[in-house]
Amino acid sequence: MKLTGALAIVEALHKEKITTIFGIPGGVVIPLFDALYGDKKINMVITKHEQGAIHAADGFARSSGKPGVCIVTSGPGATNIVTGLATAYMDSIPVVAITGQVPTAIIGNDAFQEADTTGITRPVTKHNFIVKDPNELTSVLKKAFHIAKTGRPGPVVVDIPKDITTSEFEFDYPEKVSIPGYNPTVHGHTRQIKKVMDAIKEAKRPLIYAGGGIISSDASSELKQFVKTTGTPVTLTLMGLGAYPGTEPEFLGMLGMHGTKTANYAVDRCDLLIAIGARFDDRVTGKLEMFAPHAKFIHIDIDPASIGKNVVIDIPIVGDAKNILKEMNKHAVKLDIKNWQNEVSKWKKEHPLAFMDDELLRPQYIIDQLYKITKGDAIITTEVGQNQMWTAQFYKFDKPRRLITSGGLGTMGYGLPAAIGAQFANPDSTVIDIAGDGSIQMNIQEMATISQCMLPIKIVLLNNGYLGMVRQWQEFFFNKRYSATCLKRTKGCPDICSNPGPQCPQYVPDFVKLAEAYNAVGIRITKKSDVQGALRDAISTDKAVLLDFIINPEENVTPMVPAGAPINKMISSKEDAEAFLLA
Amino acid sequence: MEKEYTLAVIVENKSGVLAHIAGLFSGRGFNISELSVGETENPDYSRITIVVKGDNKIVEQIKKQLNKFIDVIKVTDLSNQPSVHREIILIKIKAPPSKRQEVFQIAEVFKGKIIDISQDTLTLEVTGITEKIEALISILRPYGIQEIARTGRVSISRGMSK
Ligand SMILES: Cc1ncc(C[n+]2csc(CCOP(=O)(O)OP(=O)(O)O)c2C)c(N)n1
Ligand SMILES: [Mg+2]
Repeated sequence: MKLTGALAIVEALHKEKITTIFGIPGGVVIPLFDALYGDKKINMVITKHEQGAIHAADGFARSSGKPGVCIVTSGPGATNIVTGLATAYMDSIPVVAITGQVPTAIIGNDAFQEADTTGITRPVTKHNFIVKDPNELTSVLKKAFHIAKTGRPGPVVVDIPKDITTSEFEFDYPEKVSIPGYNPTVHGHTRQIKKVMDAIKEAKRPLIYAGGGIISSDASSELKQFVKTTGTPVTLTLMGLGAYPGTEPEFLGMLGMHGTKTANYAVDRCDLLIAIGARFDDRVTGKLEMFAPHAKFIHIDIDPASIGKNVVIDIPIVGDAKNILKEMNKHAVKLDIKNWQNEVSKWKKEHPLAFMDDELLRPQYIIDQLYKITKGDAIITTEVGQNQMWTAQFYKFDKPRRLITSGGLGTMGYGLPAAIGAQFANPDSTVIDIAGDGSIQMNIQEMATISQCMLPIKIVLLNNGYLGMVRQWQEFFFNKRYSATCLKRTKGCPDICSNPGPQCPQYVPDFVKLAEAYNAVGIRITKKSDVQGALRDAISTDKAVLLDFIINPEENVTPMVPAGAPINKMISSKEDAEAFLLA
Repeated sequence: MEKEYTLAVIVENKSGVLAHIAGLFSGRGFNISELSVGETENPDYSRITIVVKGDNKIVEQIKKQLNKFIDVIKVTDLSNQPSVHREIILIKIKAPPSKRQEVFQIAEVFKGKIIDISQDTLTLEVTGITEKIEALISILRPYGIQEIARTGRVSISRGMSK
């Protein structure tokens, strides 16, 4: 069958079973959008900004496990997705971005809307391609999806010059791919697995530290079986939340900078740390030399380059977490670690995550109520900052793919477009963006996409009037000098101000009016007693709703491990921080 | 401990691959001290010889990151196995007719060739291991070095092993 390149791309997308694509057209991709026009199998979602498109594709992928796809034009369209590619790259999310390119004959001539897309995106993609020969088009697309989904997943860019989309050739979609330089190891080495099981049986204080790798390899049930059989306590990274049920007794909470005391104490005390699909990120480890100082390290990961990158590993296993856990489960037995289990439960009882239950409108209370009202069953996206950490702490995730958050890159403006992707992938689920007032403005234009697509997305805006997380660092470590973090500040404000109060100017924008302008419901909540009702009403309507919660402006995320400190040194206040700085 | 490592990297012979590899080094803060590229026995592949200085941990990480690239077919650490290394230098020095005889002798000792001659310069071509090249440079320095072009080393393992 002879097809134009544009139709061949659409056909290839059908073969890959792609049903939703996010994007924005432009000069060089008009033929491609023309080929997509009226396509019965593909829902083409037009966002308002390409960053929205790529985050939506990413949210689609995270919430479904299937690759997310976006299509953008050359030049500015392509450069606008760079942040989204880096976001997906850092968190190993399968996204395929098709970028238009100027015709092959004029590449390199500084043509209108030309940018060196493969050059620009190389460091933030798992791989990228430029198609210069129409006969390579379909095999490149096949490879792109294969590379994005397999091994350690990641974003792949396919840059397609305009003339490739208009030339005609014989369509043939390859069944198989062969890429000589790409052959991820999926099966763990049997001898290594045996070593791991021996080490686990010998350990007195074993601890599992698992991350997003469990989710991308769909290994949650295998992990659960392993934990239930052996009785090993579990801590999870931000990316791993939901990989093990947050309400099970073996779960100690998240570890790291804003982790629970229990999790961080357990890391500090354990004699065997079993890392699975996690990468010893600095937000997790704190001061590296003091991380799990008494432990032998096991590291199970699909990416050999992750192993031994930050810490020396005693027993490495390269492979897919699901396969390896299955093997481990064959040899797992109940461990004799009663003392350790008791020690850990004691910490859990002594140091629960807590917040002041007073009359102030506190974000932790809102999230706790949201958890109860949704019965933990919603898909939650977050922005970045305090809102994200409070979500990680107070919403209990029992299932994987329920928390959709930018962990590695920490991209403000991620949550709203990611919610769009998640809602498309899960039309029957309740999708909620827990937002910060700073972050949400970075992609607020996607409210229009939500409205036009009639998506019932809820936005729980934790409006503290600050770039809160940065303000918290300033409060703790910069003597409360709130430089550049107040979002209410206007020209009339004093130069130096660290006392938010009734004298402050009106917040701009008015989020309620803004929601209304976008055809969504906007409600402002200023009192604790109104929280439950507002959440219930929002959840029960099928309209898009923005709940503007005016929260205690100087609320902090605690506990906190100061950057570079050992993770058992957690602080909870400015006073603690001062003591820490003096020490 | 800082050491010199020679890596032979077989990659897909296509545009952008070298930039990608160079980008890895700059992006992750690794330093390349020598680099050379050329086609292999299979025209689909090129061979990049990279010399890096670093400790074992850094070099292990470099090897793993290189292996992760889809366009990288194979990474061989030649520092771990018997191998042969060569580099070519073209060196142009000041040599008025009165000095030529001396320089011809030096060239002979270094098994080099005179490849260009002008009124008051001579250009030598010498092949060898780095130490030999360095020795040549220091011997010729007193004459006045005008210009140096070095290829960076190319390396290959000894014998049948592949
Ligand atoms: C794109 C981007 N720019 C800057 C930052 C640095 N940053 C991290 S958290 C934060 C504040 C976020 O403010 P807000 O969205 O209101 O969240 P809050 O912490 O107040 O909940 C900033 C500026 C970032 N993570 N991403
Ligand atoms: Mg804020």
